[in-house]
Amino acid sequence: MSNARALTALTKTLKPLDGYALALGDDALISSHRLSEWLTYAPDLEEEVALANIALDQLGQARHLLGFAGRSSGLSEDELAYQRVDREYRNSLLAELPNGDFAHTILRLFFFSTYQRLLYAGLTASADGELAAFAAKAAVEVGYHHEYAVSWTLRLGDGTEESHDRAAAALAELWPYTAELFAVDEDVAALAAEGLVPDPESLAGPWSEQVGTVLAQATLGTAPSGTWRPSGGRAGLHTEALGYLLAEMQSVHRAHPGATW
Amino acid sequence: MTGDLYDLWEVFVRARRGLSHQHVGSLHAPDAEVALRRARDLYTRRGEGVSIWVVPSGAVSASDPGEKEPYFTPARDKDYRYPTYYELPKEVRGL
Repeated sequence: MSNARALTALTKTLKPLDGYALALGDDALISSHRLSEWLTYAPDLEEEVALANIALDQLGQARHLLGFAGRSSGLSEDELAYQRVDREYRNSLLAELPNGDFAHTILRLFFFSTYQRLLYAGLTASADGELAAFAAKAAVEVGYHHEYAVSWTLRLGDGTEESHDRAAAALAELWPYTAELFAVDEDVAALAAEGLVPDPESLAGPWSEQVGTVLAQATLGTAPSGTWRPSGGRAGLHTEALGYLLAEMQSVHRAHPGATW
Repeated sequence: MTGDLYDLWEVFVRARRGLSHQHVGSLHAPDAEVALRRARDLYTRRGEGVSIWVVPSGAVSASDPGEKEPYFTPARDKDYRYPTYYELPKEVRGL
């Protein structure tokens, strides 16, 4: 697969801003795929449509970001989505973890949408006009995802004993993975210094505060303590779950390369 | 399953300013806030509306299908209820 290897080389040499957009796009793409896995499995028809709507919003964001990321290297959004292997994906580990139960999916969406809302709000001030315009549109979508996730987090946490226990278990499992969202590497630090992207560390404070308020209101207590904060997703070091996800997501494209309808 | 778990709500959507809310369908939801959100997700996906009402289906008092005849047929042959015979003054424009 010389084609695939050539692609690998290209994704490693993306310009920093393109690489940044790729990471954000991968977050949206992988999260979208996880949400779409609820189709035909959601608790009821109404919830299924709600989750699918959010998945499609995220897919739209992913398409825009992947298109942006690949443009100057001549890579299409389809090549980036369907021809990379897991080591070439830059999404955070939080996005790829298997769905678990409904509480698990909701807590993940709550953490993720709170992060994305702050991130896109910051990105609207980007010195790159196209990214700023994209962020302004995406921020409105993510605002709804956040409202949806908060509303369910409150209902599950402050609901029945069973829903509370499930939400608490999801919180304990997912919490360690949230630190990675605010990690800064050399490239991102340089982009932030140029005013092209928000400094991830500057998002961590407001994120903790907003998340903490909802968790307290949902009677889920304070954030878990613990020093195990896994990361590596941005550098292509993923959990085993991503490989299975990609195998399914990419299967049609790999069976029928370049097919259109 | 959720039919037993959640109440039924009737959904009304206003397409744009100046129009009235129209009944578009129903859904199941545990409370009014969730009903509104679900109505947004189910009935305004393609930009159909600018405002949503949800009403518990139990709050709707409906006319009895068995009473259809006395209720509705007397209105059929009363053409004096239509403005057909009203002559429009020449000065009136824009009607």
